[in-house]
Amino acid sequence: MTQTPRRTFLKGTLAGGALVLAAASGWLVPRRVEAAEWNKDAFGAKKLEEAIQALYGTAAHTPSGSIKLKAPAQAENSAQVQIQVTAELPNVESIAVLVEKNPNPLLALVNVTGAEPYLSARMKMAQTSDVYVIVKSGGKLYSAKQNIKVTVGGCGG
Amino acid sequence: MADRKMKMRTRMQDGHVELQVLIAHPMETGLRTDKNTQQKVPPHFIQKVTVEHNGKPVVTMSLGTGISEDPLLGFRFKNAKNGDKLKVSWSDNMGESGSLEGVVDLS
Repeated sequence: MTQTPRRTFLKGTLAGGALVLAAASGWLVPRRVEAAEWNKDAFGAKKLEEAIQALYGTAAHTPSGSIKLKAPAQAENSAQVQIQVTAELPNVESIAVLVEKNPNPLLALVNVTGAEPYLSARMKMAQTSDVYVIVKSGGKLYSAKQNIKVTVGGCGG
Repeated sequence: MADRKMKMRTRMQDGHVELQVLIAHPMETGLRTDKNTQQKVPPHFIQKVTVEHNGKPVVTMSLGTGISEDPLLGFRFKNAKNGDKLKVSWSDNMGESGSLEGVVDLS
């Protein structure tokens, strides 16, 4: 009678122990797969560099003229700023859009391996800021930026 | 749970087949205060959007709170033609999700 619960208990602890071991040895720790999982650290980051670091493991990026960022120089409505990104680079893996002075700079990360390296979206901007686009192509990071003015009061200036 | 309407359309743009998706969603940042109750409105925003082209996932997108309310997203395809099947799915931080299927229609 008393044997069975104890046995189950023992089995349970053994299995649990194995799981902990596996986790500790890095077995169960998922590899960093960009855009496959929602990256909490990157999206929660408060600084531009922190967000890029959390996304790609490095904050170093090279400015590139092959990234076209189409956005207004001045936003008429800071809650709806239209942007369009085209990356004319080979083997583009992902495109990240960041607004430097937003409370959480990272807006979006798009994994476009099966589609054209393009994204359009509307974004919110807290204030006048540089908008960065970071493109990962062939394992390297390339960037483009543009300053967008936000008129407080929303008169469109 | 509110009904989150979705719309999609395709068109030719700069020589590419472009898909535009509209998802009706509040995209709350968690920073806004409700004027009536003086309470912080909890964050509620879409975190993941995936696009399938003929059953194959071609785009996976992670979204932050900085994307505008009722996101309008544009993607472009490789080798897309009339009649190709498209499917867009999304999920948010509160466990809501939705999807919409359509076809490439360039007429």
